[in-house]
Amino acid sequence: MAVPSFLARERIVARPGFNRWLIPPAALAVHLCIGQAYATSVYKTALVAHFDSTLTAIGIIFSIAIVMLGLSAAVFGTWVDKNGPRAAMFTSACLWVTGFLVGSLGIYTEQLWLLYLGYGVIGGIGLGIGYISPVSTLIKWFPDRPGLATGMAIMGFGGGALIASPLSRQLMSWYDPGYDPSVAGTTPSGNAVAGLFLTLAAVYAVFMMFGAFIVRVPAADWRPDGFDPASVKSKPMITTESVSAANAIRTPQFWLLWIVLFCNVTAGIGILEQAAPMIQDFFRNGTSSAVAVTTAAGFVGLLSLFNMGGRFVWSSTSDFIGRKPIYMVYLGVGIVLYVILATLGSSATWIFVLTAAVIISFYGGGFATIPAYLRDLFGTYQVGAIHGRLLTAWSAAGVAGPLIVNGVLDLAEGEPGTLVAGDYRPALFIMVGLLAVGFVANLLVKPVASRYWEPRTTDVPTAAATPERSAAR
Amino acid sequence: MSSASHGQQQPTRTPTGLIAFAWTLVGVPLVYGLYQTVKTASSLFGG
Repeated sequence: MAVPSFLARERIVARPGFNRWLIPPAALAVHLCIGQAYATSVYKTALVAHFDSTLTAIGIIFSIAIVMLGLSAAVFGTWVDKNGPRAAMFTSACLWVTGFLVGSLGIYTEQLWLLYLGYGVIGGIGLGIGYISPVSTLIKWFPDRPGLATGMAIMGFGGGALIASPLSRQLMSWYDPGYDPSVAGTTPSGNAVAGLFLTLAAVYAVFMMFGAFIVRVPAADWRPDGFDPASVKSKPMITTESVSAANAIRTPQFWLLWIVLFCNVTAGIGILEQAAPMIQDFFRNGTSSAVAVTTAAGFVGLLSLFNMGGRFVWSSTSDFIGRKPIYMVYLGVGIVLYVILATLGSSATWIFVLTAAVIISFYGGGFATIPAYLRDLFGTYQVGAIHGRLLTAWSAAGVAGPLIVNGVLDLAEGEPGTLVAGDYRPALFIMVGLLAVGFVANLLVKPVASRYWEPRTTDVPTAAATPERSAAR
Repeated sequence: MSSASHGQQQPTRTPTGLIAFAWTLVGVPLVYGLYQTVKTASSLFGG
């Protein structure tokens, strides 16, 4: 599928002297926008009332978007690698914004299917393409610090929700004077949500297009000052060879990393999904909890901060200690923390909060470090496409995590508001088992066999592109 | 920042103002989001 010439990869090859520190904000401009996907809870109740529907029917909108994220990242990954980050960011922006516009029309006209189609399907495809769009470009610009580079971008996805949540509440209170976000129990009108969607569409269009137009790819022979590729060759778990996306999925390493990501994400989602009720249930005495509703909301906020911070801090740390060791920390220390949470979590609030926060930082770190791990094993040739295929583990974990926790709580047969710490223990120990499986999978990761390597004549896509017009800057 | 030859291409220099503007554009909303979230999270410690 050809793209218009102004989006083509060869039009954005940077000239010598281009400053690579312009690339992270380009990536952040996209990820901060698509991270809104994790802020849908702020208008969920309003949509239930507006459509006279159920939480499940409205929750499906988010589920469709996440499933489409995984599928589109897997399907369009090769297209993204071939056509470059500008074409991918531009396409992502168009789809993400269209998703909001169609969704807004659905709310105004009270057609729920339009919301499924708009935000869920169209927006979800934009999410997937946008998520992987800057990853391989960042890895190529920062061969000396790939973990730092991808950590910055993927931190943006976590940061997007931190921005969208308070911003959405503020905007809805302007569009519906009867709605006061500081007063519990008030709900914005459907039209306020539709107005919010239109506003977000306009803001995100500007931000994402800005990212698309400042992004550049490095020339094939570009190297950062002082960077010696030989230093990479000397590390046993980092390859200088190239493995195609088609070959990558035939390697055991790909599927071992799929299991690693699936286990790490499932374990994290187990806490994230239930964060607010969980902390109250852990400190329940009879029908009342020692933890107030506002404190529980503070706990959710703290987890968001650790989720975002973990993406940057742990991914950057992996540049120094290596990808395999950092996943041993995520999964191995994660096991210990989950056991502490299950056994000692209800003894003191600080133990519960601290262990949960570190677990969530590992959850975020797992997302942010995986592109660099893929680069180490498969090279930069089609790392974006390989990353896209691996994100199906996220979609699977998004289904498995809540299923495990909700299934265990259903078996406890306790009504919401009567559950206690003991009711969560089986779910927490299932997570310990999952993390152990992930830990073993990570231990089994070895360098990719030479039969999967591309012939030496095949170079990275940037090398194939002869710059017909170099970057403007 | 860059090394290695690039054929006929003329070297360039990315304007510092553009880099500062780009970082400000993404940094300001991020700081706003962080501030709002820290404010919410502080209720965890404030009781």
